[in-house]
Amino acid sequence: METMRFDYPASTTVPKRVCLGVVTSGDLEILLQPSSDGRSHVFVQTSITGFGETWKAVLDWFFSTYTDAADIVIHDAGATPGTVAMRLQQTVEESRS
Amino acid sequence: MSVTMNEAINEESRRSYIELKARERAQQILDPGTFHELLGPFDRVESVWLPMQGIVPQSDDGCVVAKGKIDGQPAVVIAMEGKFQGGSIGEICGMKMAMAFALARKDNEKGIPTRAVLSLESGGVRLQEANIGELVIAEIYAELVALRKYTPVVVVIAGNTGCFGGMSLAAGLSSYVIMTRQARLSMNGPEVIEQEAGLEEIVASDKVFVWGMCGGAQRYATGAVDILVEDDADAITDAVKDVFRKGLPPVLRTSQYDLFIRRLEAMDTSKQWTAEDIRKTWKEIE
Repeated sequence: METMRFDYPASTTVPKRVCLGVVTSGDLEILLQPSSDGRSHVFVQTSITGFGETWKAVLDWFFSTYTDAADIVIHDAGATPGTVAMRLQQTVEESRS
Repeated sequence: MSVTMNEAINEESRRSYIELKARERAQQILDPGTFHELLGPFDRVESVWLPMQGIVPQSDDGCVVAKGKIDGQPAVVIAMEGKFQGGSIGEICGMKMAMAFALARKDNEKGIPTRAVLSLESGGVRLQEANIGELVIAEIYAELVALRKYTPVVVVIAGNTGCFGGMSLAAGLSSYVIMTRQARLSMNGPEVIEQEAGLEEIVASDKVFVWGMCGGAQRYATGAVDILVEDDADAITDAVKDVFRKGLPPVLRTSQYDLFIRRLEAMDTSKQWTAEDIRKTWKEIE
């Protein structure tokens, strides 16, 4: 298991907090809620070690368009980068619905 | 067998309960718009023991507790997530269950008739938290038995994980068990029996044999289950409402242990029983 933290600048606010997904093989759970300091913070706990660069790449891509100041917790059980990206997009969609 | 047009249409509009996640199951059982989660994922009450052993936790520890209404009456629904750690009972998950029963009992004692439903998907105690897990399972039993005097405690076993180990006994202690054909209910799971007693005892991959032993239809036929339902979310919600309308069961399963012991003693364990034999013989002894 490995834990990581990432920070990103933000300019807008999270409309609604969201929790989705299950921590089961190949999937992940994401919790997203408004942050208190106007920046975004991501805490990742993953069952697979040694993929810090990949996590950074996926999150850099996500935050290239996402601007809400969010506290995001990711509990990952070995999801592929594609699954992580889709779950993140699903989280944003639900927080705007 | 031919299928009529009506049946075909029903099949089209049917929504699976098995496919629902724990939170969605609790929402499904409660009256629409009444779901209110207690100790939800944002409270972050998760296992401290799993990360110490290199395992990623889940924010609800695989157990969703929700207050709401069933058929207009106050109710609590506890739904397990079978996909997280095999639906295992750890400290947090188990304590949420036990305390939910305790709060429901206190409400009943105060004159607020609160109903309880337990939607189980469990492989049993969580081995990584074994000692605490076993202790909380004892708490669950004690609180379930205290609560079932006031209100029916209804267990739903849907699948695909099924209901094994400690939670199979919780099902036995409950007032009513509602089960699908897809689910299995047993103290020891077939994989565990195969591992411990060998292939001559059981072949866990033999689905016909395994379901003939502990599948929903067999458990219903031998009286361990009260209502056999299709995997249909609305049918399960209706079945839950129906048993609450019946009220407390006239005889609890646990008060019939004399009968069950007589039946077990009458069975010759040196021969290989078939599902049909068991159904027949089980009912013959009264």
